[in-house]
Amino acid sequence: MRKTIDNIMEIIIFVCGMLSVVFVVLIFAFLFKESFTFLKDFGIVRFIIGHFWYPTSEPPSFGIFSLIMGSVLVTTGACLIAVPIGVMTALFISEIAPKGVKDVLKSLVELMAAIPSVVIGFVGMVTIVPIVKNIFNLPTGLTAFSGAMMLAFMAIPTIVTISEDAISSVPWQYKEGALALGATKWQTIRRIVLKAAMPGIIAAIMLGIGRVIGETMAVMMITGNAAHIPHSIFEPVRTMTATIAAEMGETVREGMHYKSLFAIGFVLFVITFMVNFLADLFLGKNKNL
Amino acid sequence: MSKIEIENFNLYYSDFHALKNISINIEDKRITAMIGPSGCGKSTLLRSINRINDTIEGVCTKGKIKISGENIYNDDVDVDFLRRNVGMVFQRPNPFPISIYENVAFGLKVNRIASDKDVINKIVVESLKAVLLWDDIKNKLRKSALSLTLEQQQRLCIARVIAVVPRIILLDEPCSSLDPVATRRIEELMMVLKNKYTIVIVTHNMQQAARISQDTVFMFLGELIEFNKTEKIFTNPLKKETSDYVTGHFG
Repeated sequence: MRKTIDNIMEIIIFVCGMLSVVFVVLIFAFLFKESFTFLKDFGIVRFIIGHFWYPTSEPPSFGIFSLIMGSVLVTTGACLIAVPIGVMTALFISEIAPKGVKDVLKSLVELMAAIPSVVIGFVGMVTIVPIVKNIFNLPTGLTAFSGAMMLAFMAIPTIVTISEDAISSVPWQYKEGALALGATKWQTIRRIVLKAAMPGIIAAIMLGIGRVIGETMAVMMITGNAAHIPHSIFEPVRTMTATIAAEMGETVREGMHYKSLFAIGFVLFVITFMVNFLADLFLGKNKNL
Repeated sequence: MSKIEIENFNLYYSDFHALKNISINIEDKRITAMIGPSGCGKSTLLRSINRINDTIEGVCTKGKIKISGENIYNDDVDVDFLRRNVGMVFQRPNPFPISIYENVAFGLKVNRIASDKDVINKIVVESLKAVLLWDDIKNKLRKSALSLTLEQQQRLCIARVIAVVPRIILLDEPCSSLDPVATRRIEELMMVLKNKYTIVIVTHNMQQAARISQDTVFMFLGELIEFNKTEKIFTNPLKKETSDYVTGHFG
């Protein structure tokens, strides 16, 4: 009897474990299947480096270069804001803040991660967007910069939580050794703690990027959605995710436009997969230390 | 004047009274051993001499510890500078997860002792030679310090301390994670270093104290029981507790 339960449980656990793998493979296969004929007919190179996204013109043009640039610009901008703030916050929480402040701050940051992206988009739309418009004297506040700021806000909790773990797991003996040699607190942090925690911090940044690059709702609401190649961060852009979300409802099933959106999804999947893969590489390296 | 003068020193971990009214004078160019059963406060006392205990939350102190006549618990003391002058070697070798070279150069850089590359190189080589590590590792200075054996790591930690030219070296059970052969060799190194520095060592190994030290402090339950020449402590102690401990009746 005990043996039977043991065997059954083992099978159940195995199936659950395999399910996630199966899902990833299925999603990948599905995206591939839906976009394959499109990529073959239209041409993958033309698709990726084409400058014009006119899916409903006659003849249609499906160049997603401007969308990729939109995603890249918003993501880079968000990282430039989120990485320094995130890592500094993590340092503050694990190295400097007194016990009470530390606990409060940690739960607040975790709470920040739970804010739905549509709420962030909404708040951004009524606060950041007009401010950006007025400060930089722009025709519209719906720009890549506004999007980057809101996305940074969404990436910060991920970056803080994971780098804080990495920083706290730096052995106390390292810090004690550095302090005992006459290093100041900041020298100890910069030369020893950050160095030892670096693989974990990089993994945290990668996961933050993963979150930002796949984000849809907030960017759709704040970035202006103009599918053209941006020349500065203060212009409206359209990201890949926003394009899929905005246009999927208007397409004809199995049509060219419909399939092109799947192809965008496929490109996005490949990008996020690579980012996650890099993050895993760094996390793995961290464990070996 | 003694090198280190501990005067009516008390230390509390929050409510716990860990060191009770300790007074000792520690002399220059001698090895002073601190012995006693676990939890007697010997490590705490050692860690008070470079104020590394300050990093533990809830620690407060009363009384004075003077080094070359100056009370290190005065408010205007530069603690970082103090720690540079009072080097410390820990129980578990704790080289930083960076290269062997960088480990030794670390103290020089953070204390801005040298910035010229040639000068740093010279001090790194000299320090590694002083701890008899140079011949073993001269071809792998850029390798991670974590790739060394435990004994080599502990030697590296001593080299790191010597590089910044402290006046005092504190060793907190430096051989407790080493095998007997490595222990022997570290002890020999300490005998050499004694000629240049004031050395204070905490050890749970009474034979070690007897072998290498000239003065011995015996502590029990946070109190100083006896402080005397090592010979006297081990052959003809004044207190009954001391004789019980050194003859192995408890601890």
